[in-house]
Amino acid sequence: MSKKAAPTAESKVSCTGQSASAPINANLSKEEKIELHRKMVRIRRFEERSLRSYQSKKIGGFLHLYIGQEAVAVGCCSLMGKNDHVITAYRDHGHAMAVGMDTKALMAELYGKITGCSKGKGGSMHYFAPSLNYWGGHGIVGGQIPLGTGLAYALKYKKLTGAAMAFMGDGAVNQGAVHEAYNLAALWNLPVIFVIENNGYSMGTSQERSSAGPGLAQRAEAYGMNWGTCFGHDIYEVRATMDKFLTLAREKHQPAVVEIDTYRYRGHSVADPDKTYRTREEIEEYRNTKDPIQLFQKTLLAEGVITEALIEQIDTEAKAEADLAADFAEASPFPTPDDIQKDVYWEADNADKRTSKGRLFFD
Amino acid sequence: MAVLTYREAIRAALSEELTRDENVVLMGEEVAQFHGAYKVSEGLLEKFGPDRIVDTPISEAGFIGMGVGASMLGVRPVMELMFWSFYSVAFDQILNNAANVRYMSGGLINCPIVIRGPANGGTNVGATHSHTPENVLANHPGVKVIVPATAADAKGLLKSAIRDNDPCFFLENTILYGEKGEVSDDPELLIPLGLADVKRKGTDLTIVTYGRCVLHSLAAADILEKEHDVSVEVVDLRTIRPLDIDTVLASVKKTHRVLIVEEQKPFASVGSQLAYMIQREAFDELDGPIHRLATIDAPAIYSPPVEVEQLPNPQRVLKAALAAVE
Ligand SMILES: Cc1ncc(C[n+]2csc(CCOP(=O)(O)OP(=O)(O)O)c2C)c(N)n1
Ligand SMILES: [Mg+2]
Repeated sequence: MSKKAAPTAESKVSCTGQSASAPINANLSKEEKIELHRKMVRIRRFEERSLRSYQSKKIGGFLHLYIGQEAVAVGCCSLMGKNDHVITAYRDHGHAMAVGMDTKALMAELYGKITGCSKGKGGSMHYFAPSLNYWGGHGIVGGQIPLGTGLAYALKYKKLTGAAMAFMGDGAVNQGAVHEAYNLAALWNLPVIFVIENNGYSMGTSQERSSAGPGLAQRAEAYGMNWGTCFGHDIYEVRATMDKFLTLAREKHQPAVVEIDTYRYRGHSVADPDKTYRTREEIEEYRNTKDPIQLFQKTLLAEGVITEALIEQIDTEAKAEADLAADFAEASPFPTPDDIQKDVYWEADNADKRTSKGRLFFD
Repeated sequence: MAVLTYREAIRAALSEELTRDENVVLMGEEVAQFHGAYKVSEGLLEKFGPDRIVDTPISEAGFIGMGVGASMLGVRPVMELMFWSFYSVAFDQILNNAANVRYMSGGLINCPIVIRGPANGGTNVGATHSHTPENVLANHPGVKVIVPATAADAKGLLKSAIRDNDPCFFLENTILYGEKGEVSDDPELLIPLGLADVKRKGTDLTIVTYGRCVLHSLAAADILEKEHDVSVEVVDLRTIRPLDIDTVLASVKKTHRVLIVEEQKPFASVGSQLAYMIQREAFDELDGPIHRLATIDAPAIYSPPVEVEQLPNPQRVLKAALAAVE
């Protein structure tokens, strides 16, 4: 079963199309454009490095790679202002780096080290950085979408001008909690964008085998919500599309569902042998014609923004950064059994401010 | 001091905390215009307006999850479940998201949410509406679980829960809503979570209980005193987690006999945990096995006269207490 395209994605022009001239992109400085490219490359090299560590058994559990989808997280998060917030599912490394989390802490988290961003308590699927307006990293398919709606509720309640982006996969759209959140967002005009990263598959199930109806974002119509689709391999297009909806959310409290067409080259997780539900040819086709990094690189070369030498340098630096992160993770200590019961209760961790009595923990 | 019903005491706690802190909001099905399915929130919409007292659609997963997300950004939502029984459709939001987010973020994120509503049987509404999930909730480290028995406790504990920085689950009782008691009107009078209360002093038997079973136990204790010359101490836990085991153990040291009374299905109940802890920490103080009276182990029966017998009631407590002191 092959990947089903989003309703309008096929017809969209990539790279040199209209989206490059959209003000949000046209106004980018040379340095900002290079930074977008650099972020995508850094994410890819970080993940490739993490895969090697996984294969040498330095990392346990699940590892869901974002490789191929980088333009989505980088494009969306590059639009964030002070009061914009992000929440996503377990395929969360790209978003974490896109908001600016430090790769050493991210890699150390994968290694289960105390220097990890969650002190080794969350793992790959549970990255958080509230100081960067990044609220996870959630392991239950669709479970983060009501939380993202709550971030938007809090913004509106506190009369702050901002929006929440709540990311999910194409499989998550069939969770009841997602539809409850859609209804609440539309009913109460909450500034939230529900971003569907449609990579065509939920594990091994293609969109056409899991989702009824013409398109995933179009379901927004049932709630009277705005919706849109976009070609997610082109970072300019991601930015142009999301900018439009983010502005409506921030300024008019209009929520929206945006379906971004994208693709993952690796298996669902590294445990997926990736042999049963799609063809090698399909993967190669995407790699060769729609790779977000390759496409943007070409654009920047054509614009005269970047040189082959700089591309090379960025790549070398990204690899070195990933290696450094792995070295840092390797050298860091594990948490100890004494750490297991820390970070459970605010009150237990702030014993001087504790007001409750009685036992909090049991044995 | 004023005499208030349990319902009015909860309303007073809400009203005082809504006044004290503008980040507190009350949300749930029918809490605003309808004044609450059990009229707990009557008058609050008029007093605080629709931004603070919010009617939600029937979407427990959606609105509780929304409250969890809002609490991460500093809102202090009090979410009403029309019945705690409906927690099952929001289980993931309550026990994956609220309970775990602090831990999984390595302590970076707090979730100061209160989820409250009635959790009891005895109203002939059948198995779907009669769940008492305090044991299920308390099984999740990271959360606090409160089950008040009296109007004064309901007020003081709810105020503490609203000011608490951890997720607090507050389990009320529809049959207690009309019960009256003396309640302080001091807005700074809080009852700390995790503090049990000896509701009656005695020397021959300790009844450890909480919620509506406190009332049954006190009624049975009167009869035991008058007709059987048995002096019963009634320890009301008030909070299930954190748990004030010290007050329980102090009482056991005095009476040497224990009966646990709970409106819980017996398997892996709050009482199971208590019995384990008492035997582990006061084995030498016990003059006999720990006894327990629970709900008869079946889904809640509808049939009104029979449901009374399925739950603990004063007569069942009396019988169990006599067996425990035999
Ligand atoms: C409630 C729930 N059911 C099932 C799973 C197992 N699971 C994890 S990811 C996944 C597929 C989700 O696919 P999609 O939403 O398209 O996201 P993608 O993995 O493509 O990023 C499944 C079935 C889960 N984590 N949570
Ligand atoms: Mg998918």
